[in-house]
Amino acid sequence: MKRALLLLLVFSVIFAGIAGAVKITYWQYYFETKVKLVDLLIEEFEKQNPGIEVEHVTFPYENFNEKVAVSVPAGVGPDVLTLFYGWIPLYVTSGYLVPLPEAEFSSEYLNSEFFPFVSKGIEFNGVPYALPTAVRALALFWNKDLFAEVGLDPETPPTTFAEMVEFAKKLTKYDTKGNIIQAGLTMQPSGQGHQWIREVLVRQLGGTPYSADTRTVLYAATAPETLKVYTDLITKDKVGYPGFLNDDVTAFRSLKAAMTIDGSFRLGTFRSLTNLNWGVTELPSMNGVKSNFASFWAHGITTNATGDKLDASIKFLKFITSEYAQKLWLEQVGELPANPKVAAAYYDHPEYGPFLKGLEYAHATFFVNESGQRQVLMDAVDKVWIQGMDPIKALKEAAAEDQAIIDEFWSRVE
Amino acid sequence: MKISQKRIVTAYVFLAIPLIFYIVVRFYPMLYSFWLSFTNWKLISPKKDFVGFDNFVKLFKDRVFITSLWNTIKYVTFGIPLVIVLSLFLATTLNKVRHLQWFYRLLYVMPYITPLVAVSWVWRWIYQRPPAGILNNLLMAFGLDAQPFLTSMNQSLPAIVVTTVWVNLGYCIIIYLAGLQTVPQEYIEAAKIDGATSRQSFFRITLPLLNPITVFLVVTQSITFLRIFTQVYNMTDQGSGGPLNSTKPLVLYIYQKAFRSFDMGLASSATVILFMLIMGITLVQLLVLNKRVQY
Repeated sequence: MKRALLLLLVFSVIFAGIAGAVKITYWQYYFETKVKLVDLLIEEFEKQNPGIEVEHVTFPYENFNEKVAVSVPAGVGPDVLTLFYGWIPLYVTSGYLVPLPEAEFSSEYLNSEFFPFVSKGIEFNGVPYALPTAVRALALFWNKDLFAEVGLDPETPPTTFAEMVEFAKKLTKYDTKGNIIQAGLTMQPSGQGHQWIREVLVRQLGGTPYSADTRTVLYAATAPETLKVYTDLITKDKVGYPGFLNDDVTAFRSLKAAMTIDGSFRLGTFRSLTNLNWGVTELPSMNGVKSNFASFWAHGITTNATGDKLDASIKFLKFITSEYAQKLWLEQVGELPANPKVAAAYYDHPEYGPFLKGLEYAHATFFVNESGQRQVLMDAVDKVWIQGMDPIKALKEAAAEDQAIIDEFWSRVE
Repeated sequence: MKISQKRIVTAYVFLAIPLIFYIVVRFYPMLYSFWLSFTNWKLISPKKDFVGFDNFVKLFKDRVFITSLWNTIKYVTFGIPLVIVLSLFLATTLNKVRHLQWFYRLLYVMPYITPLVAVSWVWRWIYQRPPAGILNNLLMAFGLDAQPFLTSMNQSLPAIVVTTVWVNLGYCIIIYLAGLQTVPQEYIEAAKIDGATSRQSFFRITLPLLNPITVFLVVTQSITFLRIFTQVYNMTDQGSGGPLNSTKPLVLYIYQKAFRSFDMGLASSATVILFMLIMGITLVQLLVLNKRVQY
């Protein structure tokens, strides 16, 4: 009798194991605080959804695309994975992502639960493919001690572009030979500088970076002066240059740059420095126009997930992008919530506030080849300050190269 | 089976293990990348269509590819004479040193055994503009103007060559020192008795006898310079091979095409071209330099 009971127990456990649980796999790159938080979220999710089991797999950021490339065709890839929004076109055209089902993620749902730039950023050919938990934006960091040193009010950062230039000039120090030994403003197009040029300066000068269908480069035609406005800071005002003290982050953290434009992901870096007395504020406006660049990592469902797994993946996606998850994400990872309702509570936060305000008027560039398109603007800046090319010509050349990258992408897709 | 036959079989069984390993991890991927060079494979896409010579045509129309091909040739032509002449000079000098020779040897070999990424970053900082770069601070201490080095179109490639030469010197010196020990002292002494100057005996005896070593070093160093990557990747902004592609070698071009633009087909084609370049240069060097010297 005892033996029969035991046998029954064993069978029922095995049976439950086979019939009951749907197991889905979630992939993201390794970033300690994110990994810890997702583990926590999965535990919570599994409690709320008995019968669904989520396996959490992480790997180094450097191998992300290679790893996915070999796993998904072999059928051992994830059901849900995290990817940079700029890679969505590539993943979709390679046949890896399934569109977000309209029934669960209607446009009303997306519009009410996420910032406006998100719904544009997750689209490919008008169809949404992924959803973020957190987003990033740009802001202006300033060093309060260096401000005080030159007699500027350490609590009053510049609010307009003209003011920023004026401050930067005051804050730049030179040696007897005219070499910069303290930069007023970091000028690093390879950092966030190219985003600032493309999505902020272009719009502030009355232009549009790309056409509405994202297939035509417009910045050189609609705002030809943009690059000049940027490179004048290097060649005319001489407040900084690319590579000063190696890079913008190093220069600012070693107290050798008074102002820098960087992303919300940098908060963690600066926060831990006790000798750096910094503040952060919204990007300066120009011609009365405010603009910002936002970007994000998003979670998408892959073609691996079908049937029960697809249903489970949808539930999981909803859960990790929920208000609850976003709040924890902000607290534990320090990234900005993608939902304006969650963000609202932090508007007056001295560190998150300036970024969150920026999100309201932010744009996410539609990249078809993120590194290639960044290189184009890095090269344009180099052409002006190293080779002495006319900035208007350099921007025109950049636009032509950018267009070639975009055309090449679409010629492959169609 | 006879004992001798058994022995042969055993030998082949043992040989088979490295052979299979070599075929699987070397030859197969090599042949496969030859095949890939004729496809339009994008890294994350399952599609691999045959496109003939399209990739090669595309490469030779790409200005950046031509620049990086040209840069690669520059690395070799600047780097090889420098590293060979300097290491030969230092090795012959070191060979005369009687005291603390081990110490000097260690000193020169140090850069070679240091991880290249670390070396590259140290040099990246040495080359910084003021106020950070040591080299520029030195120049300015002597009243000279600061130089842009890595942020200049003309100076960046030579600056990276200097770093690479500095790294490879140690290895070349050790090999030359070993070679110098094999030069029979009787020849030198005989020449001395016949009235040869030390210069004559160096150029007429030592150098010709060192020829096999020189050939070995020229060939292996050329391959090293043709495959230069780590230094450039770590010493330029965002590993871009900049400014404006002025330092970008072929391998970096291949890397960017493969893992940044995910264009595996094109990257494979560039790899095939690099392979042929290395093969060609090596064969020419072996033909021209390899002369048997006998006295």
